Amino acid sequence: MTKEYLFAGFGGQGLLFSGKVLAYKGLIEDKNVSWLPSYGPEMRGGTANCSVILSDDPVGAPIVLNPDVLVAMNLPSLDKYENAVKKGGIILVDSSLIERKVQRTDVDVYYVPATRLADANGTGKLANMILMGKLLDVLGDYNEETVNKALAKCISARHADMLEFNRKAMEIGKNYSENE
Amino acid sequence: MADKVLMKGNEAIAEAAIQAGCRHYFGYPITPQTEIAAYMAKRMPKIGGTFLQAESEIAAINMVYGVSAAGKRVMTSSSSPGISLKSEGLSYLAGADLPALVVNAQRGGPGLGGIQPSQSDYFQATRGGGHGDYHMIVLAPSSVQEMADLTIKGFELADQYRMTAMILADGTIGQMMEPVSFDFEVKEQVEKPWATTGTKMQRKHNVVNSLYLNPEQLEEMNNERYRKYDVIKENEALCEEYLTEDADIIIAAFGIAARVSKNAVNKARENGIKVGLLRPITLWPFPEKVFAKHAKHVREMISVELSMGQMIEDVRLAVNCSVPVSLCYRVGGMIPTPDQVYSAIVEANARGGK
Repeated sequence: MTKEYLFAGFGGQGLLFSGKVLAYKGLIEDKNVSWLPSYGPEMRGGTANCSVILSDDPVGAPIVLNPDVLVAMNLPSLDKYENAVKKGGIILVDSSLIERKVQRTDVDVYYVPATRLADANGTGKLANMILMGKLLDVLGDYNEETVNKALAKCISARHADMLEFNRKAMEIGKNYSENE
Repeated sequence: MADKVLMKGNEAIAEAAIQAGCRHYFGYPITPQTEIAAYMAKRMPKIGGTFLQAESEIAAINMVYGVSAAGKRVMTSSSSPGISLKSEGLSYLAGADLPALVVNAQRGGPGLGGIQPSQSDYFQATRGGGHGDYHMIVLAPSSVQEMADLTIKGFELADQYRMTAMILADGTIGQMMEPVSFDFEVKEQVEKPWATTGTKMQRKHNVVNSLYLNPEQLEEMNNERYRKYDVIKENEALCEEYLTEDADIIIAAFGIAARVSKNAVNKARENGIKVGLLRPITLWPFPEKVFAKHAKHVREMISVELSMGQMIEDVRLAVNCSVPVSLCYRVGGMIPTPDQVYSAIVEANARGGK
């Protein structure tokens, strides 16, 4: 099985980092993985995105054009990629930054006010990881042990405090329900 | 898989170079390969190596010439416009029969072009780049693992044949992360009795030079070099064959284009079209024999490239125009989609060929 993920938003929101955590999670689970960032001038403040593919087979093209999962962290990204998501796919929206609703009716949509939650819980800029926590929960794929291992691979031991923050942010995302 | 790490292609090149015993890196930053220099800047001082950001690409390649003449493994890296600047040095390296590893993470051109991936330096790489009759060994990785593996191989071939090996990558393979293992054996470095290491009054002095004013002598130098090239053509061509045995149609693609093509080949196979993929791993020497072999049973070949059609000329030469060869391409930093390649396969299949 192959699953294609697209993380999209502004440069600086930590999209490449979330993608890396997901890729490491895949690697730990013995999957074939690829991670491809946009690296253009958009990385300096414009729209940025990151393609991640997790697969049981060798990964072919690393560019995700039609994602199974879209994580949108700003309006231009949702506008640009909403229609590219595969039928039956998933869209995660940071609803504190994107006011409009998703128009598609053939995908599962989750609205998480991730940036607001991050501020409210003192996890600063970790809206990306709140969304990641929610995403893994939605996929039924939130395995605490692998998540911790993946985070440890992405955060150097010197920043142990950041590791704890990231873990906390992912838990907030996992436990968030839209009915709150 | 415990020993695998996620790494960018550019970083994998840098780490592999260090493991190959390269302790001298000279470069000048340019997107999309700057991670190589950044990695070297961090690691070289810790292992007694030299990292130097030169004042220009031209300076960097001439520093490579100097270290190579002294018998040490050495490398530089750049992207398309920077490689053009280095071309004079590449020609001098060839003229002096010096080994070196040069990385080109290609970007769209010509001119300053853009910073997105491209394969439009194929001619420049496979025909030598600078002036004069010469070649470089050109290696075309299509995964992060191959970025590492071919870097090791590049150093070994360069030393063995006393010539430049170029890693012809592109922005995508350089920037993407994939699991990579550094669990490989590095062969012991060959002796370099020709190196200018000081005679210690024990031997005749060595001369490293590319100036031969006597035309008879210069002609013989060229002939000798081309006899060496014949040996390389005979022994070192590499190509991955994917589903080619029963193929009616064969895609020729390298690097990132081959990865995209593989998706298309798989889809076409699911739909009953007999299509395969030939992925040259060495672009020079071009794996002519494999292409000639398959030309006997295919109806058409399709060259998929991130250029206006450069490798297609080598495909046509290899099959001696015995089958039609068509082109499927994007340029300027754009990458063909698997769907675009799939459509090209369907069209070729409908044409019936031959």
